[in-house]
Amino acid sequence: MRASVRIGCGAGYSGDRIEPAVELAEQGRLDYLVFECLAERTIALAQLRKARDPRAGYDPLLAERMRAVLPVCVEHGVTIVTNMGAANPLAGAEVVREVARELGLHGVPVAAVTGDDVLATVTDGGFAIDETGAPVESLGDALVSANAYIGAGPIVEALAQGARVVVTGRAADPSLFVGPLRHAFGWSAEAWELIGRATVVGHLLECAGQVTGGYFADPGRTDVAGLARLGFPIAEVAADGRAVVTKVPGSGGAVTIATCTEQLLYEIGDPAAYVTPDVVADFSGVRLALDGANRVRVSGATGQPAPATLKVALGHRDGFIGEGQMSYAGSGAVARARLAGAIVEERLRLIGLRPDAIRCDLIGVDALHGAARAASCPDPYEVRLRVAARTRTRAEADAIGREVEALYTNGPYGGGGATASTRDVLAIASTYVPRARVACRVTMEAS
Amino acid sequence: MLLRTIAHGRAGDKGRRVNLSVIAFDPADYPRIAAAVTVDRVAEHLAGLIAGPVLRYELPQLAALNFVLERPPGGGVTETLALDPHGKSLSAALLELEIA
Repeated sequence: MRASVRIGCGAGYSGDRIEPAVELAEQGRLDYLVFECLAERTIALAQLRKARDPRAGYDPLLAERMRAVLPVCVEHGVTIVTNMGAANPLAGAEVVREVARELGLHGVPVAAVTGDDVLATVTDGGFAIDETGAPVESLGDALVSANAYIGAGPIVEALAQGARVVVTGRAADPSLFVGPLRHAFGWSAEAWELIGRATVVGHLLECAGQVTGGYFADPGRTDVAGLARLGFPIAEVAADGRAVVTKVPGSGGAVTIATCTEQLLYEIGDPAAYVTPDVVADFSGVRLALDGANRVRVSGATGQPAPATLKVALGHRDGFIGEGQMSYAGSGAVARARLAGAIVEERLRLIGLRPDAIRCDLIGVDALHGAARAASCPDPYEVRLRVAARTRTRAEADAIGREVEALYTNGPYGGGGATASTRDVLAIASTYVPRARVACRVTMEAS
Repeated sequence: MLLRTIAHGRAGDKGRRVNLSVIAFDPADYPRIAAAVTVDRVAEHLAGLIAGPVLRYELPQLAALNFVLERPPGGGVTETLALDPHGKSLSAALLELEIA
């Protein structure tokens, strides 16, 4: 068994930057490099791509990321674990092998983890939508995806079989880190305290740059040096689960107690009960201590047994959102933008278009916090009107943007820069399934 | 004094829920923050932006508080018409709180 493991995070979301991941792979002296690329909606969108093309449905940047990091990972013996398989881990794993062969890297074992797609199970009856209590099958044809959040188990299995790249679907974010740590240290799945500690490591790293100084800088208050070259994080984890969070020496950003505390509490409810497929982790006793420049020591986490059910994200179509924007400048800009918004709303009534919901925002005035904004702020020199509405049909959604554009020749003085857009609403609901109903499988093949 | 002068924080989201951390720059300020930033003050300060009860969790060893809030109906990340669908900018709104 190893004394310690170095694990890094090369992506905190699907569209994340690739250059810091390459820097991590080259200079991080890593054992494992994790790419966390799935948000609630990402996998539902991927299922829609797969429905159109059975060979699609994995992360759109998968091939580009692999081309960038695979050669250096193979050379340095860094194992890659990622949920970039999204809705199609088998096709994703094949893409990784194709990239490997294209780069002359033969014999790289690539594993696909499947089984998180439980669409057939949850529409079989007996499952209720958590938010509404209605049966899942009441969503009918609108339901486009049902993916269970799976844990570290199949990742451990793939690594035990010798995988150098593990491609999963909806593995929970921290599980991508728990898997390699369990494998490297030989921890049992029921070593709750250790799994709780590993989950804290995963949680701190899973948003990549958000723990190394990203999403933190406020000039004059919380300055961060070298943000343009923000480095991605590394955890040095000991066999007892204690860890130090750091980053590549010489990269931009900062790892401080402040950046780690913000990330530790990011997307957390009760800190004593952070529920994942692997454990109910307890962050409430976590301690952070500075251990030199850009090094923060993490200790004190623990864990309770994993829940008996797995959470399932249900992606379903829920109408459309149409949007239009127009800018106004100079004296009276705010009044003209308000007049323009009122005109659009009245015109929608006149043409008989009744959206499910509509709002008019003045970007730069009240778009973010509406009437609750601080009253002390003066009106700006320029302002941008935004009209957004949720509708049942695409044609109605298109009409929202068209009405805003029509403000050019039919609205107040001086509007400029109109834009219009329509998008499908892909809503996410949840349900829970017993673990026994989710059968995961590892499929291994070398490049 | 505004809360932002002695504390920092970050917003996170899960569906209709938003969590807002409030972390003292200097741990010595934690008791003062814990006394001033009560669930009632937060609910009052963010009125109109949130619905339902405000939960507060205390993490004294991190000099931090964690607030869990619910956004108004129709305010979930995927269906909201809001310009900031995740509610990430709510953290900056909370840090504008005037404290003694």
